[in-house]
Amino acid sequence: MSLLRIAWKNILQRRVASLLTSLSIGLGVMLMVLVLVIAGAVETAFTQRSIGYDLIVGPKGSDLQLVLSAVYRVQPPIENLPYMYLEQIRADRRVISAVPLAFGDVTQQGSFPIVGTTPEFFENDYMPGRKFRFRGGRIDSLFDAIIGAEVARTNGWDVGTQFSILHGGAQGSLHDELFTVVAVLEPTGTANDRTVFLNLQGFYAIEGHEKPIDEVEKRLRDFYAADPQRLTSAMQQLEQYRVRRAANPSIPEGQAMDSPPAMQEVTAILVKTRPATPFDAISLSSELQKGFQAMAVNPIRPIQRFMASVVGNIQKALVVLTAIIILVSGVGIFVSIYNSMVDRRREIGVMRALGAARHHVFGIILAEASLLCLGGAVGGWLAGHALAIVASPWVIQQTGLLIDPWAISAVEAILFPALGLLGVLVGFLPALTAYRTDVAEALSS
Amino acid sequence: MSLLLENIRKTYRQPEGGRLPVLGIEHFQLQRGEQAALIGSSGGGKTTLLNIIAGILTPDSGQVVIDGRDIVTMPEVVRDRYRASRIGIVFQTFNLLPAFTALENVMLGMTFSGRGVDQNFARELLQRVGLGHRLHHSPKRLSVGEQQRVAVARSLANKPVLLLADEPTANVDPANQQLILDLIRDSCRDHNVSLLLVTHSMEAAASFQRIERLQDFNRPELCAPERSA
Repeated sequence: MSLLRIAWKNILQRRVASLLTSLSIGLGVMLMVLVLVIAGAVETAFTQRSIGYDLIVGPKGSDLQLVLSAVYRVQPPIENLPYMYLEQIRADRRVISAVPLAFGDVTQQGSFPIVGTTPEFFENDYMPGRKFRFRGGRIDSLFDAIIGAEVARTNGWDVGTQFSILHGGAQGSLHDELFTVVAVLEPTGTANDRTVFLNLQGFYAIEGHEKPIDEVEKRLRDFYAADPQRLTSAMQQLEQYRVRRAANPSIPEGQAMDSPPAMQEVTAILVKTRPATPFDAISLSSELQKGFQAMAVNPIRPIQRFMASVVGNIQKALVVLTAIIILVSGVGIFVSIYNSMVDRRREIGVMRALGAARHHVFGIILAEASLLCLGGAVGGWLAGHALAIVASPWVIQQTGLLIDPWAISAVEAILFPALGLLGVLVGFLPALTAYRTDVAEALSS
Repeated sequence: MSLLLENIRKTYRQPEGGRLPVLGIEHFQLQRGEQAALIGSSGGGKTTLLNIIAGILTPDSGQVVIDGRDIVTMPEVVRDRYRASRIGIVFQTFNLLPAFTALENVMLGMTFSGRGVDQNFARELLQRVGLGHRLHHSPKRLSVGEQQRVAVARSLANKPVLLLADEPTANVDPANQQLILDLIRDSCRDHNVSLLLVTHSMEAAASFQRIERLQDFNRPELCAPERSA
């Protein structure tokens, strides 16, 4: 009979106390697993994997704000870029796709962000290797909309629903235009789930989105101050537009159907560079960085900084908290075994009389503590992941956070060795007591 | 020769200082297969003597030779294993471990001998003591007599050369006392094991050909106790 089996039989002998002490460890481990699963889901949602683009181009400003507004849509936009700049980016040989985003408005119901974009957005992967799937038709007319799964669920919208939008955020004025849902996206676990997508041209066509020609001219002069060639081209477009409008004053200023690219703006540009040359993104980013008009940021870096400085610390604190719970449970195991040593003194004496050496009884007690810790760890680990499996559909529905219940984090990989070590630590003193047991005294007790 | 005791001296430290002499045996021996009953009064040093023979206690001086080797000079680890492989012990209170079944209690005796666990032999031993149908019963589900029979089977698990029985019938009802005694003696005879039975009961010792009285050869006064300062 192996020492482990002897230890196991001893555990079974005190099954209620063993179960309770092991359960306390299990609960701690379960909590830790849940924290790690959720932390993993948050991290996945906030890393490069959550977007299928290499760079985000936007006006100069905070890189974090650009990423949070363009990718996660939780911050207002910084400013706008001329539409001509999008064409400039598209013409770069390093760029294989440049998708414009225009945003700033929200839905009247539920305050979901509105994003004007092009069909290319839905043709590209929203995450590497993941394509959009949706139910319904395509955007054909100016005021058609595609809505995310979360928008559909929360607002109770479906294909055919008509809705209004507010200008510039929840406190803004109501636009007159009515939009019609033509498709509903399947859940993606990204910010797209709580976004309403419009045709970019439709976005421009919304009354109030146009800017006066003089203001546009001033902005273009500022933007292209260091690029006289493009500035000349832009000014020519504006001049032609002025002439057209003078000839037909019934057309509202800035009307999308008529206005040239120089009159239009985008809020951000999502850029994919050539996959075979990974340095394209770096060289393009650094080139843009030198200019004063725009910036291009890697979508992961600002978020990583943010995660490390804020979210990461919260996660660490939660993991540390659960580790403390496990340690306290370990103390419970120590107390349980240590208290039982008085009752088991005679049993240890008998084993020694039967020929067990001191190191045998030491090993048996150590094995008991380790089995209790590891048993609790296995139970807690399975319970944690089982709970994650059961709860993940609900979490996805409630938060849009894609939970992977079987995602194993690095912390979990060291969990079992760590709990084995905890077992050794909490079992050491009781094991030493067993080791030092005076056999003759124990037998006469 | 299974057992030879030479010039055994044992004293205990007293709480108030000094040492209390408890055992002083000049010579005692037991041949292979021989059975002897050792009678002594309570507190007369019987259990101390058995503990010394089993290697559980170390004498202040003297030799305890079992199967040709002096266990007193052995390192503790070696002595533990030697005890497991050469000596069987039947305790007055049986001392079965409650976490284990009857069969596991017998196998537990084999675990520490270094010879490996022979489950078939353990079953055979239990069958011989009439417990073939109780192999998987825990001690608390066995009667007192059955528990003592398991203890006898366990003591023989490692095919010892010497069996030490400490008041093995003291906690058994009168109807079972002789049965237990016969079982121990017959088992020792069957396996050619020497038996040293320690008791304070003349009745229990009556059937032995060799009966020793501890007070006849225990001369604690031979020990040289330290005087307290």
